[in-house]
Amino acid sequence: MDELINKLKKEVITQLNLEDISVDDINPDAPLFGEGLGLDSIDALELIVLLEKNYGIKIEDPKDGKKIFYSIRTMAEYITEHQKKA
Amino acid sequence: MEKLITAYTYIGEGKVVVNKRLIFYQEKIATFAEFIKALYKQEQISYSKFYKMDPLSKLGFMSAELLLRHENSGRFKPGSLAVVLANSSSSLESDLSHQASIRNRSAYFPSPSVFVYTLANIVIGEICIRHSLKGENAFLISEKFNPMQLQNHVSELLDNNRAEACICGWVEILGNTFRAMVSLVEKENADVLKTGFSALPFTEASLNELMNLTETKIWTN
Repeated sequence: MDELINKLKKEVITQLNLEDISVDDINPDAPLFGEGLGLDSIDALELIVLLEKNYGIKIEDPKDGKKIFYSIRTMAEYITEHQKKA
Repeated sequence: MEKLITAYTYIGEGKVVVNKRLIFYQEKIATFAEFIKALYKQEQISYSKFYKMDPLSKLGFMSAELLLRHENSGRFKPGSLAVVLANSSSSLESDLSHQASIRNRSAYFPSPSVFVYTLANIVIGEICIRHSLKGENAFLISEKFNPMQLQNHVSELLDNNRAEACICGWVEILGNTFRAMVSLVEKENADVLKTGFSALPFTEASLNELMNLTETKIWTN
């Protein structure tokens, strides 16, 4: 899980152009939106693309997004769970 | 009513000139991204959304930032500062990035953050958000720099009291070729800026002069 979390942090930094933020700056349990990294709605769409592009995971129900993208850890858990099913 | 250019920013050929003063110079520019990031860092601007902007918005944002940084924001009534910008390549730089992401049907991953910049006037939106501007705005596309078009459009806004002042200029980028000249145009009776820059008459000749700063070399270090 830790390995995936670190990989995800790097991917999120690259995908969202978080230029002044390093892997160590991201708390895996901190909310990605609002406080935390202060991401916006376009970033949310980018995270959906990231899941599909890098992990082949399509989010069928947009309502699930809030839970999946709560934090880096919830993203990692969703990926792990989804890859087990596949 | 006579109108004056009371401040300007010029970015081109590795130089950044603000009100006759050369504030930044890079002799060799590897990429626009590196150039504009170095300028952003030097000027110690803190605006995390900057890194998410497309090249056109970064260029326009920095031009306006340097133009307005000494400005007293309370000087203009809410909604009275207009923005009129122009270029020749529109948003082609982002259009090409978007097109590259959808070219291959088997790797079809359009980026939402690129797509939102596939309109030239988004740069105006970024400037307005940053400086809380709610006045009139327009983005004009012309093959070449057209000072008469800019002058006519801005004059119409000021003469008809649709704006008290206007951020007006040229913001052009395609690949690593870029140039921006953004000026603040005000009615003659407006308060004088304390930038130490002597105002120019708002004429085609002045706009041409500012667009060709590197030829006329009217700046000091």
